[in-house]
This record gives sequence, C-alpha cells and structure tokens, in this order.
Amino acid sequence: MNQSVISVEELSKKFGDFVAVNAISFEVKKGEIFGFLGANGAGKTTAIRMLCGLSKPSSGKGTIAGFDIYKQTESIKKNIGFMSQKFSLYEDLTILENIRFFGGIYGLSDQEIKEKSEALITQLQLGSEAKKLVGSLPLGWKQKLAFSVAIIHEPKIVFLDEPTGGVDPVTRRQFWEMIYDATARGITAFVTTHYMDEAEYCDRVSIMVDGVIEAMDAPFKLKQQFHAATMDEVFFELARGAKRQAD
Amino acid sequence: MADILINKLRKTYDKGNIVAVDDVSLEIARGELFGLIGPDGAGKTSIFRMLTTLLLPDSGNASVLGLAIVQDYKKIRKKVGYMPGRFSLYQDLSVEENLNFFATVFETTVQENYSLIKEIYEQIEPFKKRPAGKLSGGMKQKLALCCALVHRPEVLFLDEPTTGVDAVSRREFWDMLGRLKLQGITIMVSTPYMDEAALCERVALMQSGKIMSIDTPERIRGKYPNKLFAIRANRMSELLKELRNSSVIKSCFAFGEYHHISFTNNSGKQEETLLAGLSDIGYTGVELKEIKPSIEDCFIELMSNSEVKSTNASIEKT
Repeated sequence: MNQSVISVEELSKKFGDFVAVNAISFEVKKGEIFGFLGANGAGKTTAIRMLCGLSKPSSGKGTIAGFDIYKQTESIKKNIGFMSQKFSLYEDLTILENIRFFGGIYGLSDQEIKEKSEALITQLQLGSEAKKLVGSLPLGWKQKLAFSVAIIHEPKIVFLDEPTGGVDPVTRRQFWEMIYDATARGITAFVTTHYMDEAEYCDRVSIMVDGVIEAMDAPFKLKQQFHAATMDEVFFELARGAKRQAD
Repeated sequence: MADILINKLRKTYDKGNIVAVDDVSLEIARGELFGLIGPDGAGKTSIFRMLTTLLLPDSGNASVLGLAIVQDYKKIRKKVGYMPGRFSLYQDLSVEENLNFFATVFETTVQENYSLIKEIYEQIEPFKKRPAGKLSGGMKQKLALCCALVHRPEVLFLDEPTTGVDAVSRREFWDMLGRLKLQGITIMVSTPYMDEAALCERVALMQSGKIMSIDTPERIRGKYPNKLFAIRANRMSELLKELRNSSVIKSCFAFGEYHHISFTNNSGKQEETLLAGLSDIGYTGVELKEIKPSIEDCFIELMSNSEVKSTNASIEKT
C-alpha cells in the first residue's frame, strides 16, 4: 500500500523569464488525500497542468500513475480523473448523457457505462432527475455528480481543483465523505481548496509560495512546526510573504 | 431612516418555477457593514441586482437611500456603487482607461474623489497601462472596487468580492472594507465563506431564497439551541460514522481536525456514556470539549431545522 502514484523531482516550468513553478519535489502515496495549497498566483494551476500531462515541464522529472510526465502523457490522461469548480460537466447535456459521454471518453464499454450509470443514479438518488439537463441542477448536486463522473473509470488519481467553492456547508461535508470513500478503495485524491478547515481533512498538505513548496507535512505537524492553532494561521504565516501577484 | 429597506421582495425565474428570492425583508442602517451569507443559489445575487435596479422584482418593494428601486431607478444608479460577482470591467482597456471610463460615465473625474480610492489604487498603479484582462485575480478585484467607488457612492454593493480569492488576499480585502466603512459608506456585501460573517456588523444567513436568521454575528452564535462539543480521536473518519449511529448524538458534522457534536439532551450524562462507549470499541486519544458555536455551526443547524430545505443537500432528504 506504500507505493507512490505521484512522484516528481525538481519539476520546473518557465514562461520566458518567469519561473511559474520552481523545482518542486514530492511524492504522493496510493490512497492518500493530498492537499495542494497556495496563494493565488503561487503556481498551483501550472503545476497541476504538468501533473495531468497537459503541459510539458521545462525541467525536472516525474511519473504520474507510473507514467513518464514527458513521454507518456496520453497514458497519464487515461489513468487520472479531473474536476474543477469551473469545468466539470456539460450543462446542456442530461445527467445520463454526461455519464455516457465521460464513460466513453475514458474507454468504458457500453455494458460498463450502463452499469455505472445505474449505480451512480441510485447512489446519488438522482432517479427522478436522470433525464434533466445538468444546467438545471443545484450546484451541490452538480458537484457531487461531477466527482462521481471524474472517477467513473476508477482512475489511480483524481485531481480536484477547488471542488467545493460556493457549495453550502452541509453538502461540502458530504462531498468530503465521497472523497474519503474513494480514497478508502485506493484512489488517490489531489485537492486544492481555499477552505482551511478542508486542509485538515487531508493526510498531508503542501503550501506553495511564489513557485516553491514552502512546507509539506501532515496538518497537525505543520501546526506544531509553525506554533499555530489552525491551518489558517499556518497558511497566513507562509503566504503573506509572497512577492508575486500573478494568477 | 434606513439606507436600504427591503419589504417582502420576491423574484422568480423560469415562469415562477424557480424561486430565487422568497419574500425577503430587511433593513440596513446608514454606515452599516452588512453581510449576506450563503452558498450559491441562496438568492444573494438576485437581491443585489434588484437593489441596483438591474432586475425587476415580481412583488414586494425596496428602497435605497429613500428612493424606490423601480420608480426612482435613475436616481439610485447615480448614488450607489456596485461590484458584481463576475469580473465585469472592460478586459481590453487598461487599468487607467477603465477607471477613467467609469468616472466619465458618472460625470466625474478620477481626481475629484481620489482621496477615497487612493489607498486601493496605489496598489495597482504600477500596472496602470496593463489591460484589465491581463491582471491577476487580486488586482482585478482591487480595480473593480476602485471603479465602483470612483463617483463616491453613498451605498456600496459588493457581490462575493472574495470568492476564489486566497486566505491572505481575503483578509486584506476585509481590512479595506473596514476603512471604507470609516468614511461613512454603507456597505452591503455577500460571501459564501461563513468565517467572513464575523467581520460584518450584522448578517443575514440565507439559503434557498430565504433569510434563516438576521442579527449580529455574536447574537446569532448565542442563539445556538444546544450545547456544542468538539471531539477527536485516533480514527476520525470512522468516528464520524460511529457518532452518527449513536443514540445519544443529535447532530454530528466534520469540522477540520475535530467533529462537532451535540447530544440529544444537555444533562451532561450522555457525555460519559459516549466516552465509555468509544473506549470500549477501541478508540484512543479521545478528546471531548465544549465549544462556542461558529457561524458555520449555526448555519448548518438552521438549515436542518428550518423549513428551508437545502437545495444542494435535498438529495438525502428525498
């Protein structure tokens, strides 16, 4: 169970003279919930794009789900799931159509898609809504459905970019329980969030400042290290020193 | 007289099928910093758009600075500033051009009210030639605030100014609001971040178009009906399920490193029952302490008790 599914070493990304991500190194284990925190403009999005095989690093090395970050980006994409607050599902397709679409993209057979659709609709209790457009669903339902769809192919890793932004406090907690369930069966969750209480739900978090990982450990250890009562204080301590303002 | 007065304001969409604002009434006094707190879909933006005369209510009425939102819409527009939730400046105009544009529209100049925006504008001035679309999130937010203030409005409406903004920038933004308030501007601000409620003088907690509670943050916390406890132990996610199945537990929600729980009665006996039970089934390092409820605790409690069903969470209820 101790195998790494994400392993990067000295990974960097430069845009001209600008070093967006500056030699970051870390490993994430199978089934771990890893919180990837940082101020706006710290380089999180650029780093995630590299980890997902969407952007070539300028230097450094890495493997994602066992595949090389330079040469095997197509295999990486097949073995990960992704959802963000901004993009998750097609609003003008129905719930069933979305499931079928993403199932197809991830290479599931028709039979598998059918089974998965039924299981998901039951699990999320969306029976009466299955043929409604996703755009008409309340945000909380949408985000839970989006998460389920992002792991429909049982990927090794799921990347969640601010998945709970704007969601009500009860649904936000239900969403985290879905993350727990997924990681309990071996899926690794790589999460960004602006809610510092959610940082506490992670097994480990890293905090990025100006392209560099300034701290990385279990939340309780970070709080000890920074003599802070909450993760909010830890974050503030580190991120207020940021020089950079870019997004 | 109140600067903002709302009386049974109602707004529906989709031929009445979606009730965005459900007969909301509230008053905001001159110079007050008032917060609308709630998730997406609570109706916050619809209220802002009606108050800023961009949307007509179905029924009910409201006034801003004594002016009716329907009849006196032209007068209201000159006197209020509005920062919408979605970045709405001209992306291909520079920082400077945007600011001048908004000043011109309001028949004033940047110089005339410079003292009001000086502190904020100085932070983005080094980038004044840059197109607004090329600014970072934090800088866009500051520019949008400058544009909303350039005509020295008496009332400022800010719709989710801190959404998607990191914890450090959020804190800076609230400091700025505090200083604007000192200048006598009435501020109505919305946010989905429950912890920001504490920074307002009064708040309305909103869900599904309704106000669940309206008061000072301190008094809302004081109204929490049960004794609230924080608990942690060695296996947190299992503990959550354990607590939910326990007959002595009334409510149980994860709150970061602790779970927050209340008991079915407040006698104190159930605490011992619970601790003994947990130790019997092998939990170690159990810590249980009484705590003061946060606004988020209150919000969750109100959601589960009021008739207002969570639109987001109603899956579980059907």
